[in-house]
Amino acid sequence: MIVELGHYALILALSVSLVQSVAPLIGARIGDKRLMDIGPVTASAGFLLLAFSFSALTAAYVTSDFSVLNVFENSHSLKPMIFKISGVWGNHEGSMLLWVLILAFFGALVATFGRDLPPSLKANVLAVQAWVLTAFLAFILLTSNPFTRIFPVPFEGQDLNPILQDIGLAIHPPLLYLGYVGFSIAFSFAVAALIDGRIDAAWARWVRPWTLAAWICLTLGIAMGSYWAYYELGWGGWWFWDPVENASFMPWLSGTALLHSALVMEKRSALKVWTILLAILTFSLSLLGTFLVRSGVLTSVHAFATDPTRGVFILAILCIFIGGSLALFAFRASALESGGLFQPVSREGALVLNNLFLTTAAATVLVGTLYPLVLEMATGAKISVGAPFFNLTFGPLMLPLLFAVPFGPLLAWKRGDLAGATQRLYWAIGAALGGAIIVLALTRGTEILAAFGVALAVWLMVGSFADLGQRAGFRKAGLATGFKRLKGLPRSAFGTTLAHFGLGVTVLGIVCVSAFQTEVVTAMSPGETRESGGYSVRFDCMSERQGPNYTEEVGNFTLLRDGTSVDTMESARRLYTARQMPTTEAGIRTEWFSQLYISLGDSEANGGATVVRIWYKPLVTFIWIGAIFMALGGCVSLADRRLRVGAPGRRRAPTAVGAKAAGA
Amino acid sequence: MTRKGKRLSFIGGILAVIGLAAGLVLTALSDSVAYFNSPTDIVSKTPSPGQRIRLGGMVEDGSVIRGGRETITFRVTDTVESVPVTYTGILPDLFREGQGVVAEGTLGPDHVFLADTVLAKHDENYMPKEVVDDLKARGLWDHDKSAPKAATPEAAMTGVGS
Repeated sequence: MIVELGHYALILALSVSLVQSVAPLIGARIGDKRLMDIGPVTASAGFLLLAFSFSALTAAYVTSDFSVLNVFENSHSLKPMIFKISGVWGNHEGSMLLWVLILAFFGALVATFGRDLPPSLKANVLAVQAWVLTAFLAFILLTSNPFTRIFPVPFEGQDLNPILQDIGLAIHPPLLYLGYVGFSIAFSFAVAALIDGRIDAAWARWVRPWTLAAWICLTLGIAMGSYWAYYELGWGGWWFWDPVENASFMPWLSGTALLHSALVMEKRSALKVWTILLAILTFSLSLLGTFLVRSGVLTSVHAFATDPTRGVFILAILCIFIGGSLALFAFRASALESGGLFQPVSREGALVLNNLFLTTAAATVLVGTLYPLVLEMATGAKISVGAPFFNLTFGPLMLPLLFAVPFGPLLAWKRGDLAGATQRLYWAIGAALGGAIIVLALTRGTEILAAFGVALAVWLMVGSFADLGQRAGFRKAGLATGFKRLKGLPRSAFGTTLAHFGLGVTVLGIVCVSAFQTEVVTAMSPGETRESGGYSVRFDCMSERQGPNYTEEVGNFTLLRDGTSVDTMESARRLYTARQMPTTEAGIRTEWFSQLYISLGDSEANGGATVVRIWYKPLVTFIWIGAIFMALGGCVSLADRRLRVGAPGRRRAPTAVGAKAAGA
Repeated sequence: MTRKGKRLSFIGGILAVIGLAAGLVLTALSDSVAYFNSPTDIVSKTPSPGQRIRLGGMVEDGSVIRGGRETITFRVTDTVESVPVTYTGILPDLFREGQGVVAEGTLGPDHVFLADTVLAKHDENYMPKEVVDDLKARGLWDHDKSAPKAATPEAAMTGVGS
């Protein structure tokens, strides 16, 4: 019964969304307030209906109702509860339902928190948001209904793909979707502004918090996915340039560019047209990502099922939205006047540089991801574009950008002083040189590239604090006054510093792992030892263990230093009984920021010996810690007073701005 | 700087970066992409040494030898021809005889394929898409069973979603 109600709620949500697509738009056109007011009501109602629908599916999973095809195909009564719940979005239908739920959630947020928005802008935004929602709801109902029943009812489910039975799945897709789908707000604002033919600095102030929130979630989602792949697949790699990873990375790159260009627009009302375009492109890339992952044109762990009608349907959605919004842009962009002149060397100039490199880099990733598909369609030749391609294209494009990052915040708006900025970066230059010298000394001059990489990372990390140091004026005013001034600085300054610092931390992790990791692949018999990361790793024995829905063979290892045992490690191979599918559970030991990583291979036909792969990965965790810093920086910025426009309560100054913009 | 000069320097800078990116992409596309080959392709037209290749097919039954401890040799077949492959390292969890596999690497002078990566993906039903397409194109695909025609009974039983 609850399943049918969920299905019914989904259909109701579609009709509500259809109303929301049309009524507020007409209202905004003819200036009818009652029609415009339908927008917020339908947005909230749509969200509640979808939340109910999603809960209904979750209930079916929790109670292991195998009369629902989707539950039968992806669940098992013996599965631990957390994976029963996360299994709801561990399949195509359920994850699409999560997608629209989050889309409706953002729509409802705009409806609730956007009280200060000019009414016509708000009506248009909600209508555009509803177009996207309608398209995807139709997609779900027509091609991927999660509520389909089967008869006769099976006794047991087929279980979830074991690789997805991990706490990572509980967190990774929702975060990623919050990011992907969150960019829809920026998109809706951009299209609404184009429909209105009017855009001002206040527009950027409204868009920026939404973009920032989406960006934070996407950053964490990508980092989470990367760490999940790292420990779950047992290959020891943290990024594979897999098309599906690229699908989430491209919106991140252009979303990062959007954050920075919206800043220029907000502060200087320049780059308006470009910011609008970027907002459209960022969400287009999110849609493209959804298409690549959901259509089955790619085979990967993320492509749950392949069904050509789905691919065609999403492709149609993709073409209509990207094509339509770009066409609208082409027609209306000239109506937007541009403002704010600036010199090439200035804050604006630095942010343009940032945008230029980020979007170009996103374009190269796009080429590398789509080229094999296009080539196959055109000539039938099958190629794979892998890490070598991306290292050769993406890498060189990032270098100048990373080098320029510390300069950006130190340059003044309109006209900057490069020599002055360099002077304030003496500390960072010294630290970077020091880092390089230490690396060269430790490796006796053999690792020149690594020294360069470490210098770049240190330059970023130390250089990101130059702006705060400068604004606090430690040098002239002394420590006490400096700290007092530091307290008075806007939070966004700390946000920038944290995010740029995090970028440096990530770069340091990447450089250290690529340059200094060691790998041993070897067959080991019980009692044998191998050296790795300053330890002797002794293989003790293999043992067997029974889990709730799997059996595992566990390799037991002891770590020795100077002959005394320090710790023990386990690395296992699991066999999930329902699907007869093996997985690797790597043994990972974190020491400070470095990790020792052991994965097991075959043990048959080796006379009792087991193939073992041992990595020592120095500072590998910096890669993800850096991402956490970036997200933290985003959160701090989000808490900045200036960005809290539209939040309920605390609205003395913002209302004035909103009213002025509404009256303009 | 005059307004015109400023605009020119902006446009020049933008074009320079885009040009650089295009150059990088073109070089990388000609050097560092791997072409998919079936065993028949490799036997009929020997690729030049050092060229990166993705070799796809099924692991031939009874061909897997775990000889020198961590080095493994096996043969990849498309039911017409087969190519010997050596690989050092840990094979993926789903590497099995009679199952689909993609090996990436280069062909050695002795016509033994030196793989540096072996992929057998995350799903028990998984047959690399490029292998399926290739077999279908050459009529080696059994549409009734959705499996390669000469495949082993076990492989046919697991059923390959096409």
